[in-house]
Amino acid sequence: MNKIKNITKMQLFLPIFSMILVMCINVIYDIANGNAALNFFYITIKNGVLFGRLIDVLNRGSEVAILAIGMTLVVSSSAGTDISVGSVMSLYGGMCCMVLAGYGVTNVSEYKQPLIVGILAGLLLACVCGLFNGFLIAYMNIQPMVATLILWSAGRAIGLLLCNSNIVYVRVESFQKIGGYVGFLPTPILVAAICVAVASIVLRFTALGTYIQSVGINKKASRISGFNSAVIILLTYVICGLFAGLAGMVATSRIYSADTNNIGLNMEMDAILAVALGGNSLGGGKFNLAGSIIGAYTIQAITTTLYALGVSSAQAPVFKAIVVIMIVVIQSAPFKDFLKKFTAKKSTKEVAA
Amino acid sequence: MSFPGVKALEDVDFTLKKGEIRALMGENGAGKSTLIKCLTGVNKFQAGEIYLDGIEGPIVNKDTMDAQHKGISTVYQEVNLCPNLSVAENLFIGREPMTKIGTVNRKEMNRRAAELMSNLELDVDVTKNLEEYSLALQQMIAIARAVDMDSKVLILDEPTSSLDDHEVEKLFNMMRNLKSQGVGIIFVTHFLEQVYAVCDGITVLRNGMLVGEYEIEDLPRVKLVAAMMGKDFDDLSAIKKEGDDQVSDELFIEAKGCSHAGTIKPFDLDIHKGEVIGLTGLLGSGRSELARVIYGADKNQTGTLKVDGKEAHINQPLDAMKLGMGLLPDDRKAEGIIGDLSVRENIILALQAKAGPLNKIPYKKQCEIADQFIELLQIKTASRETLIKQLSGGNQQKVILARWLATNPDFLVLDEPTRGIDIGTKTEIQKLVVKLAEEGKSIIFISSEIEEMLRTCNRMAVLRDGQKVGEISGNEMTQEGIMKAIAGGGSDE
Repeated sequence: MNKIKNITKMQLFLPIFSMILVMCINVIYDIANGNAALNFFYITIKNGVLFGRLIDVLNRGSEVAILAIGMTLVVSSSAGTDISVGSVMSLYGGMCCMVLAGYGVTNVSEYKQPLIVGILAGLLLACVCGLFNGFLIAYMNIQPMVATLILWSAGRAIGLLLCNSNIVYVRVESFQKIGGYVGFLPTPILVAAICVAVASIVLRFTALGTYIQSVGINKKASRISGFNSAVIILLTYVICGLFAGLAGMVATSRIYSADTNNIGLNMEMDAILAVALGGNSLGGGKFNLAGSIIGAYTIQAITTTLYALGVSSAQAPVFKAIVVIMIVVIQSAPFKDFLKKFTAKKSTKEVAA
Repeated sequence: MSFPGVKALEDVDFTLKKGEIRALMGENGAGKSTLIKCLTGVNKFQAGEIYLDGIEGPIVNKDTMDAQHKGISTVYQEVNLCPNLSVAENLFIGREPMTKIGTVNRKEMNRRAAELMSNLELDVDVTKNLEEYSLALQQMIAIARAVDMDSKVLILDEPTSSLDDHEVEKLFNMMRNLKSQGVGIIFVTHFLEQVYAVCDGITVLRNGMLVGEYEIEDLPRVKLVAAMMGKDFDDLSAIKKEGDDQVSDELFIEAKGCSHAGTIKPFDLDIHKGEVIGLTGLLGSGRSELARVIYGADKNQTGTLKVDGKEAHINQPLDAMKLGMGLLPDDRKAEGIIGDLSVRENIILALQAKAGPLNKIPYKKQCEIADQFIELLQIKTASRETLIKQLSGGNQQKVILARWLATNPDFLVLDEPTRGIDIGTKTEIQKLVVKLAEEGKSIIFISSEIEEMLRTCNRMAVLRDGQKVGEISGNEMTQEGIMKAIAGGGSDE
């Protein structure tokens, strides 16, 4: 009994529990359909690359996972969300492809500039977007939702300007590599893994985590104790911008074009949801990066599961919503209290018996 | 009204008569707040019953709202109102006067609020936001709100800790007035004088247990202190300063014409190494603000500041910290604690800020430092990983103090370090201040209690209306001398 209690007390218990819940739905479905029970986890190599539903979840979930890193930090430091990340992703695409193809050109099969220049230009622009958001929030005291609303609506339009209102195609093999495969492994999985690893290492070996949480919990007290709250908030938004750029890099490469109207569309909402599913309070303060990452893949797992179940993409959001409601309720404080009372009653009964 | 056997505490009986002011005394963690929370429905209690006059059978308060309806109102130690709402809105929150069509009748609300304020002789514009008023006034408004709700029982949890003497007297008048109307008042405080000034009876708790219920005549001060501490009281006068031997001739701080618009007019102030200088004055006189300018919490806009002989440009607290300064703010909740972080993280916070984000203090070292100060200051906490917000007020204060001591500062500003702290801890902190000075550190000590400042300070600066008006030292440092200087008219320059 005590062991169970200790496990349920762990911070990551609920996010992981949610993930397992989604996987169980898969297993049940497979059994019901007469497939192998663990079909979901079954990984094969087809055409020289990894193939399977789990791989699909990891692959398709990369962008949201990358976004969730930055989102977790801004939620923690400023108790606000950055809703411009989807637009910043598309801005990366616009910038990168424009640099690689040249302004006004819509279809190239050869780089005008080396690939790395395009990527760096795109990432730089993404950081500038983060800087802009961060400046408004940290120094102008504008509410995060409002401040990031600006780029949320303007970002895609700026992207269109960069691309002269066209979809710019970069039909070069190396460009597609980031959205494709290295060896047998889908590159997006690798990119996401590197991003998560770098973020974890930085948070583990620097005091940045303490800085961000401290500012997020009590800005005034943090200032008195020697933290420059404004700089820290600004920094988190720049980091968020950078990760939005990296997510944009993956998304752009997948479709080897700067489709500024569609890259990262509505992805900011998934990223915010990932943070919430990870057991993080959107009220700022304490954060748990691992939770957010698990949350991100949970969202993708839900989507993939629904497609596997044969739900059409038009109706998928309805079912997704139902699953999300369940997960959110399970993690809510009143439900936890209820569960506590329930287990407490049970244990007293056991004692009585 | 009585309720025997609250089990979160341990078998505590508490009785309050009609028209009685009863002091609830005890050290930090004695269970005063828990008892109050049980009474008001904030905490659930496992055993025992509460009876209230006029209501049959034991009452159960589901929450504070419920308790209020039954006639039990509380004003907590830290103001629990909404700073961004107007004074009137705060006064009538949850019970706004309505118009016929069901909207809030603002005119009526503001009129009644203004009436209430003038009855209590508070000079407040009720349409202004609460945050525009000082902590003291906010506290008075919180009390006014409770008073206005036809309470049978009024619980005041450390209401006077942020008030100055004049305001305290006003509050006492209010309390006596309510008492004559048959309201029972539970008064939680750490100020002994105030207990004897206004209370009829005293209930003493210690370590979650009842020590006893006394009439005021039966329990003189010394016995009260002994009852609270559970031992013979180590007399406060024992830490009386020995003299100014440790004060060095070297200056640590030399401020010339420093100021911050709107809070403190240009002032000069020298602080020697090893000196404790007290800043005294009424609330809002600029005593905190002066210290904040030196520390850079408010930017110095004029004049020059020399630290340890060199001219210093302090733009933010971190600059000051790098020069060896630290500031313990008076508003612990708003500017002191990082509530959701652990005791350990709170203790190493300033040290980490000084080290910079890239030089993370290794976890092991953090634990060592935390343990060292938990031991040194006898911080009562379940473990070093306990969240600071779960600690009692006095222990939170010790953690903040530890945060600064961990940086080994040369100069510390202690703004109301003993506010809301039990008498034992108070003595410890005062002793610590004297000890730090002996080690050659300079200290600014700000307190509303003149007695406490007399015990610890070598010299005092007097402030009035945002201006430093004089300094007192040597023989002039007596209760009367300081009072005179604060009140003005004296020739203390």
